Amino acid sequence: MTTASGPALELRRVSKVYGSGPAEVRALREVDLAVRHGELVAIMGPSGSGKSTLLMIAGSLEEATEGEVLVEGVPLSGMSSDDRARMRRRSVGYVFQDFNLLPGLTAAENVTLPLELDGVGVRTAAAAGVATLEKLGLADRAARYPDELSGGERQRLAIARAIVGDRRLLLADEPTGALDSVNGETVMRLIRAACREGTAGVVVTHNARLASWADRVVFLRDGRVIDRTAAPAGPESLLTPGPMT
Amino acid sequence: MSVRHALLALLSEGPRYGLQLQQEFTARTGEVWPLNVGQVYTTLQRLERDGLIESDDAGGEGQQKTFRITPAGGREFAQWLRTPPGTMPPPRDELVMKVLVARRVPGVDVHELIQAHRRHLVETMQRYTRLKEDTPEDDVALGLVVDAELFRFEATTRWLDAAEARLARFPAPHPNGASEASVPPVLTPEVRP
Repeated sequence: MTTASGPALELRRVSKVYGSGPAEVRALREVDLAVRHGELVAIMGPSGSGKSTLLMIAGSLEEATEGEVLVEGVPLSGMSSDDRARMRRRSVGYVFQDFNLLPGLTAAENVTLPLELDGVGVRTAAAAGVATLEKLGLADRAARYPDELSGGERQRLAIARAIVGDRRLLLADEPTGALDSVNGETVMRLIRAACREGTAGVVVTHNARLASWADRVVFLRDGRVIDRTAAPAGPESLLTPGPMT
Repeated sequence: MSVRHALLALLSEGPRYGLQLQQEFTARTGEVWPLNVGQVYTTLQRLERDGLIESDDAGGEGQQKTFRITPAGGREFAQWLRTPPGTMPPPRDELVMKVLVARRVPGVDVHELIQAHRRHLVETMQRYTRLKEDTPEDDVALGLVVDAELFRFEATTRWLDAAEARLARFPAPHPNGASEASVPPVLTPEVRP
């Protein structure tokens, strides 16, 4: 996986306004955020705080009203819509709560589709797909359709699709929301593993247990960044005697 | 957590030395709840006095005393396992008390206070999650202890979310009719960078 020296993702004073006049809604207000390669950042906030809007703008699925978004140091505002679409296919992987898998394609086809759409040859795409499915423990599910998989397997497949090829940015919206705690933990371990290999990850969630897998947590409220966690101390700081009777 | 019952649990598996009990308890709780050896011997003396365990005299000089559980100790332990932890009346939770008190204190922004506690909880949860990540998945004892802490902290963060929403809907009136703007923010700490 290639890495650049600057942040994989940078938001500079990004604002987003929906509607106008009395119906105007300010979903994001001057948000600054930088995510480095190999880093996992969680965005926490209640419903309506702007966290999903932030993710859509970070992945260029929506445009900021004000401010600048840079992916791999390249401003999205300077790109044509075709270039943005290409950047999305090549560099950005998305994981959603409801998986968003294509039901008419097998697991292997779901994973290789983004590569083939990007012009990668069928054989090369298939090899990359098999390697990614193996990495996520789904090699024996390659020929299955999404509705033949369990919820946990479907989300692992969604992660496989999001990291296949040379993706540098992984964006996840409540990726464990539909899963039980064991499968949810498996999903977060896989996202952490992808980040350890150099992918920059952003997870939005209202769940503190999910957010605790991140290197940093950013708190959003009413479209603003209101707080951030400090760099976490090592786990050895927990090993102090507790109260015993 | 009761040291008394933790020692009975270990002795129900077979006789042990005092030092062995201390080491096994610490290891089995993922080293999150270490016991000092003095606590172990004091508790063993009381258990023996109450007839719940018995000991062999040391066979020779330098040998340690061996402790074993008695039938009465076995019954006490079995009963303890099935007794629900005390949940009534509700424990006086320090965080609940702080939020209850803060909402009526002039100069305290209760939402800022809630966020400060939320951040602290999430930072602590990050450390526990890092501990879990660094531990082999087959270390069942540590996994159980860490999950218990993570779920407990998660529940507290969810209570903070609910409290914040409730306080936004029903803000506390300031005493003596003072408006929020007229109250000096003497108790508001510096905002983190």
